[in-house]
Amino acid sequence: MSAASAVTARIKNIDREKIVLGVAAPLLAIVTAVVITSLVMLATGQNPFQAFSVMIDFGTKSDSQVWIINKAIPYYLSAVAVAIGFRMNLFNIGVDGQYRVAAFFAAAVGGALALPGIVQIPVIILTAMLVGALWAGIAGYLKATRGVSEVITTIMLNFIGGSLIGYFLKEGRLAEREGNLIHTKDIPDSSYFFEIPTSVQPIYGTIVIAVAVGIGYWFLLSRTRFGYDLRAVGASESAAEASGVSVKRTVITTMLLSGAVAGLVGMPTLLNISGNYGNDFPTGIGFTGIAIALLGRNSAIGMAFAALLWGFLERTGNQLEFEGYAQEIVGVMQGVIVLSVVVAYELVRRWGIKRQQRFVGEQLAAQAQARKDAEVTA
Amino acid sequence: MRRASKLAASVAVTAALALTATACGESSTSSNNSGSDAKGDAGVGLAFDVGGRDDHSFNESAARGLDRAEEELGISFKEMTAKNDETEADREQRLTSLAENGYNPIIGVGYLYGSSIEKVAAQYPDITFGVVDSVVEGDNVYSMVFSEHEGSYLAGVAAALKTESGQVGFIGGVNNPLINKFEAGFVQGVLDTNENEGTDVSVDVQYLYEDNDAGFNDVAKARETADGMLGRGADIIYTAAGQSGQGSIETVAGVEGAWAIGVDSDAYEQPGLAEYKDSILTSVVKGVDVAVFDLIKSVQDGEPLSGPHSYNLEEGGVSLATSGGFIDDISEQIEAAKARIVSGEVTVQETP
Repeated sequence: MSAASAVTARIKNIDREKIVLGVAAPLLAIVTAVVITSLVMLATGQNPFQAFSVMIDFGTKSDSQVWIINKAIPYYLSAVAVAIGFRMNLFNIGVDGQYRVAAFFAAAVGGALALPGIVQIPVIILTAMLVGALWAGIAGYLKATRGVSEVITTIMLNFIGGSLIGYFLKEGRLAEREGNLIHTKDIPDSSYFFEIPTSVQPIYGTIVIAVAVGIGYWFLLSRTRFGYDLRAVGASESAAEASGVSVKRTVITTMLLSGAVAGLVGMPTLLNISGNYGNDFPTGIGFTGIAIALLGRNSAIGMAFAALLWGFLERTGNQLEFEGYAQEIVGVMQGVIVLSVVVAYELVRRWGIKRQQRFVGEQLAAQAQARKDAEVTA
Repeated sequence: MRRASKLAASVAVTAALALTATACGESSTSSNNSGSDAKGDAGVGLAFDVGGRDDHSFNESAARGLDRAEEELGISFKEMTAKNDETEADREQRLTSLAENGYNPIIGVGYLYGSSIEKVAAQYPDITFGVVDSVVEGDNVYSMVFSEHEGSYLAGVAAALKTESGQVGFIGGVNNPLINKFEAGFVQGVLDTNENEGTDVSVDVQYLYEDNDAGFNDVAKARETADGMLGRGADIIYTAAGQSGQGSIETVAGVEGAWAIGVDSDAYEQPGLAEYKDSILTSVVKGVDVAVFDLIKSVQDGEPLSGPHSYNLEEGGVSLATSGGFIDDISEQIEAAKARIVSGEVTVQETP
């Protein structure tokens, strides 16, 4: 009985330790970010306190909340796509190209078909996932068979993807012109995703895709054999290989998965907002995803918070510009937060290790002391 | 234990999401709408495209119209600027902020504002909206479009007549329908001159980006592209790329005997480009300033303009700048070309 309770006590202790460390890092990061941003604002002659109060005041308004959630959906998907690679030390910098190529072809397919929504929406989504997976798969294949660094190939594929879209996005090819805009044929009205009404603007229904992907990501990585292999390869390729994991297969599968999720990044815009892919389709979400994956520490829940924080900063940043603050201040904030998070986690990790060492040292000393006492009494 | 803590965390997150999803609290639009604001007398609200007011080109042309309105009509104004990688949601928020705070008219500079203006204008029927480079439906929207291809045609004629090497270049910011108009006009101007005047000039066409509006504020990339073009033998480069054009002009100015052609604003007169002005042959001026001023004045006079209006070569909406006097020697041919367009003898293509 006493052994069992000792074990529970220890688990409890470790658990509390984990929570303290888990909270300490983001807290430290946010405090650092606030301090640095305030200094930047002070140095440029602006009032930081007023800025923060504008941000909190405006950012918590109901329509801001909806705006932030809607904006965070593609960010979250993009972050998950990046994180899948990160977990095995693969730097998929090409999420940007993958989601744009995927969204483009998905939009072209969606515009060409006129099936009932219940069939057509899955067709559009599957097309996007397939194209995204194929586009990322090129980099995965080259990495596995030729050892080409995926950083190089994915970046290059971004440019190739841009040119590919540029080629097809012309009148008479896969696009139609509307004034100075050029876009693929509109998808039929029945192919739009549903919306969740609120007291202000609706929330995009594609949020369910994001939630499903988040749960799937968590389950795959921490509850399946493949997830274990993936993390094993990330921790040490040679050790994983030695224990029977096929590194090549894992690399290709991971890139395909990452690309398939990347393919979903454009879906909230395509299925809830624009209904087509045109030269006003948002770009750069793939790069935002890298920052959010870093900020959320590749954790399914962490990245959700990070994506919402990003949306919050953008929403309030636009408002700050209206209030006369420099537009760049939010960019500074976003950069500083990511940097602080990376630094803070490292600091807290070291501090945690030190604490653990001291803790273990004390215990050992106590045990040794106890033994000595026992010897003395004996 | 671990599972329990994970579970607790997910429950907390779901609860937090649910809480936000119900969108509790007041809306930002319901709190700001006080007294004088609703009447729309706060002044002019103007939203720039990427690059902002000081891009020496497209946005700056709009800014000149605004400054002139401030001077002559005594209006006050509020400026906001687009960022790279924006989405529709950002643009809508920007325009909504201006509308909520009583700005009237509200002007979106650049074709990307088309859909957001359409949406926001429908929500605020009492406010006049303006949009540059896009045609938008709506009784309270004034759409200002320009015949960039006609102005560019004249630049093509000038380039073909002034080149020594027999090779000229066109650099576009983004390969989109708007910039294609500049390219189409310029190339046609060169080719028609080959036919009419017996010159033998070829055109090198390059775009900075295929599908990313970063092409309008990537000065470094324009510098590289211009450098490559000069290396391949071009001695006159026409750059239609907003703020990026500055990079091209700088590079061209560094080469003896090479000329740059500016766009949208008269580059020769730009204070920010003063040190390169001896290399600026001419500029295709786009009268965004005139259009913006027209709209502000009409609102001021109580008869707001609406509907689409095309500012073409005939009415001076686009023109070829002569400041610096570098094209005075060929003014006859330029005038002749202009007359051919105005009379309809020559139709300038809008697509390459």
